[in-house]
Amino acid sequence: MKREVFRSGAWGLGVTSVLALLIVVGSRNLAHFDAALVAYTFSLLFATFGLTYRYSMWLSRPPTAMFWRRGWQALLRRPWGQGHARAWLSGMALDLLANRFLFRRDRLRGWTHLLIMWGCILAVAITFPLVFGWLHFRPVAGDLSLYQVVVFGFPAFRFPHDSAFAFFLFHGLVWASLLVIAGVMLAVRRRLRDGGAGAVQRFAEDFMPLILLFAVSVTGLMLTASYTWMKGYGFTFVSILHAVTVIATFIWLPFGKFFHVFQRPAQFGAGLYRSVSISGDQASCRRCGHAFSSRAHVLDLIEVERQLGYRYDIEGSEAEHYQWICPPCRRATFAAAQSRAWRGHRGGEPLTADRRSPPMPVYVNSGLGQGPLGEEDAKNRHA
Amino acid sequence: MPVPETLEFFVDPARCIGCQSCVQACTECDTHKGQSMIQLDYIDRAGSTQTVPVVCMHCDSPTCAEVCPADAIKRTEDGVVQTARKPRCIACNNCVLACPFGVPKMNSEASLMMKCDMCYDRTSVGLKPMCASVCPSQALAFGTREEMARMRPSATPVNTFRFGGQTIRTKVNVMVSADAPDNCIDVTAAMFDASTGHDVLDDVFGEVGQE
Repeated sequence: MKREVFRSGAWGLGVTSVLALLIVVGSRNLAHFDAALVAYTFSLLFATFGLTYRYSMWLSRPPTAMFWRRGWQALLRRPWGQGHARAWLSGMALDLLANRFLFRRDRLRGWTHLLIMWGCILAVAITFPLVFGWLHFRPVAGDLSLYQVVVFGFPAFRFPHDSAFAFFLFHGLVWASLLVIAGVMLAVRRRLRDGGAGAVQRFAEDFMPLILLFAVSVTGLMLTASYTWMKGYGFTFVSILHAVTVIATFIWLPFGKFFHVFQRPAQFGAGLYRSVSISGDQASCRRCGHAFSSRAHVLDLIEVERQLGYRYDIEGSEAEHYQWICPPCRRATFAAAQSRAWRGHRGGEPLTADRRSPPMPVYVNSGLGQGPLGEEDAKNRHA
Repeated sequence: MPVPETLEFFVDPARCIGCQSCVQACTECDTHKGQSMIQLDYIDRAGSTQTVPVVCMHCDSPTCAEVCPADAIKRTEDGVVQTARKPRCIACNNCVLACPFGVPKMNSEASLMMKCDMCYDRTSVGLKPMCASVCPSQALAFGTREEMARMRPSATPVNTFRFGGQTIRTKVNVMVSADAPDNCIDVTAAMFDASTGHDVLDDVFGEVGQE
């Protein structure tokens, strides 16, 4: 067995065991554990193992391991003044909670994701504590109009069971399903109408999660409809159907698109690493001499490429390694190499005297809005 | 649907006249609407008019995908290296710096790497990529090997490149002289070469449309 497989399996077992322990402790030795939800609990334990295993395997990849290490180093080294902390936290909040970067990609996609994301967060915040026995309600002795909320075995707050607050709280999953259904419909609409999306989408990767979310939400709503307006008609069947869809979703968590929920926070590690490394030494292109990235990033990439088995070292050249060549000069070198292959045929004479340091290539139409896409791109291409 | 096996991309930068048709046409592609993924550079603006259009070469073992910490770049079964998967890309810039051909672009604002995907919406149904469909000098051409052999008898396609100690094979071909000594282009050997003039005398549209 490979070392990373063994390590990931151990992490998976460890984290799953901790969750199982917390379930026992939080439900006060299973006293408040709802036996009807036991299938949900075991599917979540499975999902926890799967997610931890995959996350650990993901971290064992050389580039991921490098960013993981550098991200944490950047976080610990960063000068955490009030201004820095505020800027970082607001950036986190805007990107993570309000999906700012998604709205910048496409406004409709931003709304789609925001609806699905907040619907799922709301559903998870309600369902998981109930499934684990960490949350339950009990009537207050002496005043049966009140409900006592008990969290992790500790009494939290009380509220009247016929209040508006109670209505909104007990129908929390209804609001969550409405958000998710709206988001799923927008997502499906895009996938059916957008030719670009249609060309690259895959059923398992792109439609399966939407189908699962839709099935969970609709069957959940059917339960509410059954006991609210239909005197419980078909409740048993629908509850089993709902359980099947929910359990299928939990089991699918580690395998498909849902895993991006756990990968996405890496964006902040990457951002921190970039902001710290960019204030350090810069890497100069060994062809044109212009700075194009942080030196730390280039050195890290060289190491990662070697770990992956790539051999971009250039023996006998002052460039030493191809990673020291900036992207525009790589494109120019590509053209020069093709020119060599035509030497003696299509003219093929050098137009300028051979120079030790060739000039940096420039984008042909940078003035027409087709130039660099962003700040990072601009730096890479010397614009 | 996969890209038909008989259809291939053939690039001949020496034919490029820098007209920017490819850049404009690229923005029409459905998979990256409004954004041009073509990299079109003047190699030595002060000394020459030589330009180089660079599309993704779709490597067999794509360095961009291998160095991606988020596993965001996937290669489809038909050998097309897709642009970054939007849910996964964390905008770390590894791919931009690592691509041996200098292809990916980083859209920092949207936290997303974008690159040429050979107009997958078109090529997967047998159509030409946008750039190849408008290139007047056919520096960017898409068709069968037989067509290329007929139209460019003095050239031969090559898809193996050497970068220092690394050899990379690609799905996209580069046209070199049929008399070229070997079937591998040593890219880094030409790193400090000056810009080169070319006389391209082949009949560009020789037999197009006669099929």
